[in-house]
Amino acid sequence: MDSNADSRRLCQDQGYTFPFLSDPKAEVIRRYGVLHAGGGENGRDIARPGEFLVDAAGGIRWINLTEDIRVRARPEAVLRQVDLAGL
Amino acid sequence: MNWAGFGFTLVAAISYVPIFARFPATRDFPWANLLLFLLGGWALAVGNKRAYGQPERYGGKVSGAVLGVLSLALFGLFCWGNFIFARQIPSGAGAPQVGQMAPDFTLPDATGSPVTLSELRKTSRAVLLIFYRGYW
Repeated sequence: MDSNADSRRLCQDQGYTFPFLSDPKAEVIRRYGVLHAGGGENGRDIARPGEFLVDAAGGIRWINLTEDIRVRARPEAVLRQVDLAGL
Repeated sequence: MNWAGFGFTLVAAISYVPIFARFPATRDFPWANLLLFLLGGWALAVGNKRAYGQPERYGGKVSGAVLGVLSLALFGLFCWGNFIFARQIPSGAGAPQVGQMAPDFTLPDATGSPVTLSELRKTSRAVLLIFYRGYW
């Protein structure tokens, strides 16, 4: 889990403007079933990569759980799912 | 030729993370690095064929063999990292399913201000939650 300072640096470096959250105790990561216990540096608990598309009512419309840490959902794939879901 | 071959395999092995992993087209499947390995393997094969076939003319039998083994080891390590280690992740079987409600939460953003999912939803058509491994 990155600290707030790490996230701030990353946002500044990359120009990200969306909310960049930190889950130091991995509570939300656990709630979403994406904990990778001991998967980080020095055996720290981290998240496995995963993307969840949530509609305005809070329903989950699309989930992408990659089987390969290098292969993540690309922006165009997510936008296609947004269109498919009619959001 | 053998040194050139080893050079290609070395570049193939160490260039993935700093260069090719930056771009989705060469990251999701490391074809650029595999091509470099192929080039290295070809050069080593030609070099060793010369060294062992015409030793009086070329020489380099020992260095050719050593570089060949080192290159194979690099290739093995690269394949292990890319095709085995990268897939050693939990399945995410406990994740909520499509159609279920997304569990609400409040977490601090990069400036420390709390962000709540249900609040975000009120001002958005949709919210995409991206879980990542830390930094990338």
